Amino acid sequence: MKFDTPATTNPIDRGRVIGIPHDRIDGAAKVTGTAPYAYERHDAAPNAAYGWIVGSAIAKGRINAMDLRAAEAAPGVLGIVTHQNAGPLGKGNMNTAHLLGGPQIEHYEQAVALVIADTLENARDAARLVRIDYAPDQGRFNLAAERDKGVPPEGGFGGPADTKAGDFEAGFAKAAVKIDQHYTTPDQSHAMMEPHATIAAWNGDKLTLWTSNQMIAWSVGEMAATLKIPKENIRLVSPYIGGGFGAKLFLRADALLAALGARMVGRPVKVAIARPQIPNNTTHRPATIQRIRIGADRQGVIDAIAHEVWSGDLPGGGAETAAQQTRLLYRGPNRLTTHRLSTLDLPEGNAMRAPGEAVGLLALEVAMDELAEACGVDPVELRIRNDVQYDPEAGPQRPFSSRKLVECLREGAERFGWNRRNPKPGQVRDGRWLVGMGVASAFRNNLVTKSGARIGVDAKGHVTVETDMTDIGTGSYTIIGQTAAEMLGVPLDAVTVRLGDSRFPASSGSGGQWGGNSSTAGVYAAAMALRAKLAEKAGFPVDKALFEDGLVRLGNQSQPLGTLAGREGLWAEDSMDYGDLTKRYAQATFGAHFCEVGVDIDTAEVRVRRMGGAFAAGRILNPKSARSQVIGAMTMGVGAALMEELSVDTRFGFFVNHDMAEYLVPVHADIPHQDVLFIDELDDKSSPMKAKGVGELGICGAGAAVANAIYNATGVRLRDYPLTIDKILAASTGKRVA
Amino acid sequence: MRPFTYSRAASVEDAARTAASTQGARFIAGGTNLLDLMKLQIETPTHLIDVNHLGLDRIEPTAEGGLRIGALVRNTDLAADKAVRRDYAVLSRALLAGASGQLRNKATTGGNLLQRTRCPYFYDTRMPCNKRKPGSGCGALKGMSRSLAILGTSDACIAQHPSDMAVALRLLDAQVDTVGADGGRRSIPIADFHLLPGETPHIENALKPGELITSVTLPKPLGGTHVYRKVRDRTSYAFALVSVAAVFEKDGRARFAFGGIGAKPWRTDAADAAAPSGAAAVAEAALSGARPTAHNAFKQQLTARTLASLYRQKGA
Repeated sequence: MKFDTPATTNPIDRGRVIGIPHDRIDGAAKVTGTAPYAYERHDAAPNAAYGWIVGSAIAKGRINAMDLRAAEAAPGVLGIVTHQNAGPLGKGNMNTAHLLGGPQIEHYEQAVALVIADTLENARDAARLVRIDYAPDQGRFNLAAERDKGVPPEGGFGGPADTKAGDFEAGFAKAAVKIDQHYTTPDQSHAMMEPHATIAAWNGDKLTLWTSNQMIAWSVGEMAATLKIPKENIRLVSPYIGGGFGAKLFLRADALLAALGARMVGRPVKVAIARPQIPNNTTHRPATIQRIRIGADRQGVIDAIAHEVWSGDLPGGGAETAAQQTRLLYRGPNRLTTHRLSTLDLPEGNAMRAPGEAVGLLALEVAMDELAEACGVDPVELRIRNDVQYDPEAGPQRPFSSRKLVECLREGAERFGWNRRNPKPGQVRDGRWLVGMGVASAFRNNLVTKSGARIGVDAKGHVTVETDMTDIGTGSYTIIGQTAAEMLGVPLDAVTVRLGDSRFPASSGSGGQWGGNSSTAGVYAAAMALRAKLAEKAGFPVDKALFEDGLVRLGNQSQPLGTLAGREGLWAEDSMDYGDLTKRYAQATFGAHFCEVGVDIDTAEVRVRRMGGAFAAGRILNPKSARSQVIGAMTMGVGAALMEELSVDTRFGFFVNHDMAEYLVPVHADIPHQDVLFIDELDDKSSPMKAKGVGELGICGAGAAVANAIYNATGVRLRDYPLTIDKILAASTGKRVA
Repeated sequence: MRPFTYSRAASVEDAARTAASTQGARFIAGGTNLLDLMKLQIETPTHLIDVNHLGLDRIEPTAEGGLRIGALVRNTDLAADKAVRRDYAVLSRALLAGASGQLRNKATTGGNLLQRTRCPYFYDTRMPCNKRKPGSGCGALKGMSRSLAILGTSDACIAQHPSDMAVALRLLDAQVDTVGADGGRRSIPIADFHLLPGETPHIENALKPGELITSVTLPKPLGGTHVYRKVRDRTSYAFALVSVAAVFEKDGRARFAFGGIGAKPWRTDAADAAAPSGAAAVAEAALSGARPTAHNAFKQQLTARTLASLYRQKGA
C-alpha cells in the first residue's frame, strides 16, 4: 500500500480501541518475569556456553602479540575468538569501528577477544589471563582541541551539513537585539536497563541469534555483511527488549562474537556486554560545541538565526546533527546552519534518543531564553511571536503537515501556572531554596518509513499479527494489537501480537520515534488486505462492509470472522510505503516544557520541583503508553541537564566513569510529578493512522527548561552541560548563589 | 572473579586465626563492596571466611553509658535503632544518606568501615593505580579527579574515602573493637583506624593480618543538635561531593567531621575550636592543608557553603 495522498476518513477514526489508554498487553508477562529476554533463552538454546569479551586496554594502536596460553589452560575454557582465528570478516555499513578489533585498535574497550567457557565465572576469570602486547599510537581525544579541523560531514539522517536562506550575516549585523553564545554538551551513555546480550546457535550453515536489538532487518543485513554469509541463513529473534534508546539500533559485539564463538565451539554461546564495558565498547551520544546567534527586533521577532555545531567521531563516523531543529522551529528570513565533524579516537559516536534535537535544543532553547530577557518579552510569548507555519528555509510552499506549537505553549503555560513566574531572576525564596521557572519548546522531526506486517484470522475469529517490529519498552505490542483490533472490529483480547523475529515481514523497527506510527501503518495496510479477503468471502463489497463485534456486516447481513476464515484461517500481508508527502510538507512533532526548580541558596544543589508539558504529536494511539514515553523522556532530559556526562580522559582516550555508580542518571528522588497534556491533533499527511512519533519528543527541550528555570531561580546562566554544583558555584558571585 | 574457597567461622577467634594463617584470606560479611571488587579482580581473595553467623549483630548499651554496635549489624537496622535515633541521630542520618535501601539491608557496620574508594582509576584494572597495584602510578592525579579527595592525599594517591557512616563515627569518637589472630582484643580509636595514603595507599587501615572487627563502641551521648548534610550530584544514591556531620551545642560549641573531601573521614581539632566563630572560620580550619586538583578545587568552596547552610539552618 502506498501512502501518497492525505488520509481521509478510515476505520482507525472509529476510535473504539485506538486512542484508549489500554494497559500494555505484554505488561503482565514482563512484571511476572515470564517474558524471557535474550540472555535468558535457555528454552530455545539449551546448553549454551558463556562468552566474556576482552576489551582493548588502549585507545589507538596495534596489537603486537596475543598470548592465549594461560587463558586456554584455565578451567572450563572451550575456546577463544580473536582476529587471528575469526576468519575474514566484513563490516556492516552502520558500524563505524570493527566489532572485533585487532591487529588495529580503533578505540578503548574495542573487543579483541571472546573467551568461551562452561560457566560465566570461568569465562570471566580466563578473560583476565589473555595477555596482549600493544603498540599504542597517539590519538585525538579532545573535541575542543580538534574542533577547528572539522569538515562538513557526509549526509546521514540529519540531511545536508549546511543550510542557508536569505543573508544571515547581513540580517544579524543590522538586528536591534543580538544573542551570540557558545554552548557545550558532553558525551552521554544510553544507560538502558538491559545490556546488549545475545545467544547464538548454528545449525549447519544457518545461524539463529536471540538478541536484544531495535532493528531486526537492518541487523540481519549487517550480520550477513560482517560474516559474509547470505541473509537467508540468519534468523534474528528479539521479542523483548529492556530498553535501547538507540544503543541497540545496530549490530554490536555481543551478537557478532556470540556467532563466532558458537561456530568455534560447536554449541550455543551467550554473550552480554558487561555494564562497565558498555560506555567504551558500544556507541554513545557525541559531545557537541554549539554557537548560536540570533538577531531580532526589540519585540523579539527574529530576523536572523544561525546555529553552528561541532562534534567528533572515529574516521568514517557521523556528526551529531544538533542544528536540525533550528532549520524548522522559528521564523526569520536570514538563516544559517552548519555542522562540522572532527576526527576523534574515542569510542564510536552514534544515535541516542532524539539524536540532533536532544542536544540542539539544550542550546537553542537557552539562547531563546536569553533573547527573551534581552528583549524584555515573556519567554512563552517570545516563542509564540516566532512561530512559523511553514518550513522557514523553504518558504510558504512547504507548509507543516500540522503544527500546534502555539497551542502547546498556551495550554501548557495555563496548566503550569506560568503567570506566577517572576520574570526577574533570583527573587523567589522558599526556605533555603531559590525557586524559578523555565520554559522550552519541544521539537522532533516526524520520520515515517516503510513497514510491513501480516495478519490472520483463525476459525474462532482470533486475530494474529506478525511483524519484525520491536517493542523496546515503548508499548509497540499494545498499539499494534489496538490497530489490528480496530481494523477488524474485534476486542483487543482477541488479538495476539508477535514481534521481533526476522521470519516476520520487515517493519520500520524502533528508532527515531518513527516506530509507533510507521509500524501501525504497516499493520493498517495488512489489515486492509485482510478486510478485502474477508469481504470477498462474505460476498460483500469491501468498501460497504462494516467490521465490528467480530462480524463482517452489510446492512442486516453479517458473518463471523471465524466462519469466513474457516479451518485454514485467512491471512494477508502488506506493507505501507510512502510517497512524497514528507517532501511536500514539513512533518514534525511539537511541545512545550515547563519546569520549576529549587536551587539551594548555599550549596547550589538543584531540585526539580515540578515539570509539565503539552505535546502535539498527531493521533495519540494509546494515551497511557504515550504518556509513559513522554515522562521517561522528560526524566532523561533532567539527566542531560543536571548530571549525565561521560568524562573523557584525554591522555588515555576513554570514558572514565564507565559504570552506573559513576555515570549518574536520575533516580526516583530526582523526579517530581510530571504533568503531561496531549493536544488534540490528527495529522492526515503523516500516515493513515494520522499519528506521529512521540517516543523522543519528551526529551527535546526538557533539559533546557531546567536550565532556564535555574537561571530564573538564581540569575546564574550556564551554557555548559551538565549544570552541576561546581559550575553553578563558579558562576555565582558573593556568598549566596543568587 | 578468581576461584576461591569458603568457610564459616566457628567463633571470632577462629575467624581471626584462620584469616591470619590462610594466605589470601578475607572476611565476608554483607559483600556489598567485596563481591563487586572480586568480579572485577580488584580483590582476588583465595579464601573467604564468612563471619555472618557469629552473633555479632547486636546493639547493646555499655557500662560507660555508650552503645556497642556489633560489627555485623546491618546499616538498615543500625539507622532504625531507637537508641541510635535518640542519642546518636547523626549516625542514623549519615547511614540513611548512603547507598540504597537494598544495599543498606546487606551492608554491615564493620564492612562499611572497610569499604574501598570509588576512584574510577582504582576501578579500571587497565589503568595505573598505586592503591590497587602498588608502584603502578596514580591515574587520577592528572586525570579526571572531580570526585576525589583534597585533604590527606599524597602524590601517590588522591582517592577519597566514600563512607557516610564512618564520617558520623569519626564525629562521635567511636572505637573500633577487634580480635586479633592471637585472640587478643583491642580497641582502636576511629581517628587512628583509617590511614592516610602516604607512600602506601594500598594500606588503608590499622588492622593487622587476620584482625577482625567485632564491634564499634560509641561513647556516652553528646547531646546537642545532630545534623548530617550530604551534597551530591543527584538527590539520592550517589557518593558525596562533600558531606558534613556536625553536633551543635546551645552555647555555640560544635564538632564537625567531613566526607567526600578526605582520604579518610576528616576531622580536625582546629575546625571544632573554630565553631563559635562561624562557618567561614570552621571551613578555613578544616580545609587547612588542602591540595586540590583543578577538577575538585570546588570542593573547598562547597565545604564552606555546606557549613554556611548548616549554620543558617541552625539559626533558623
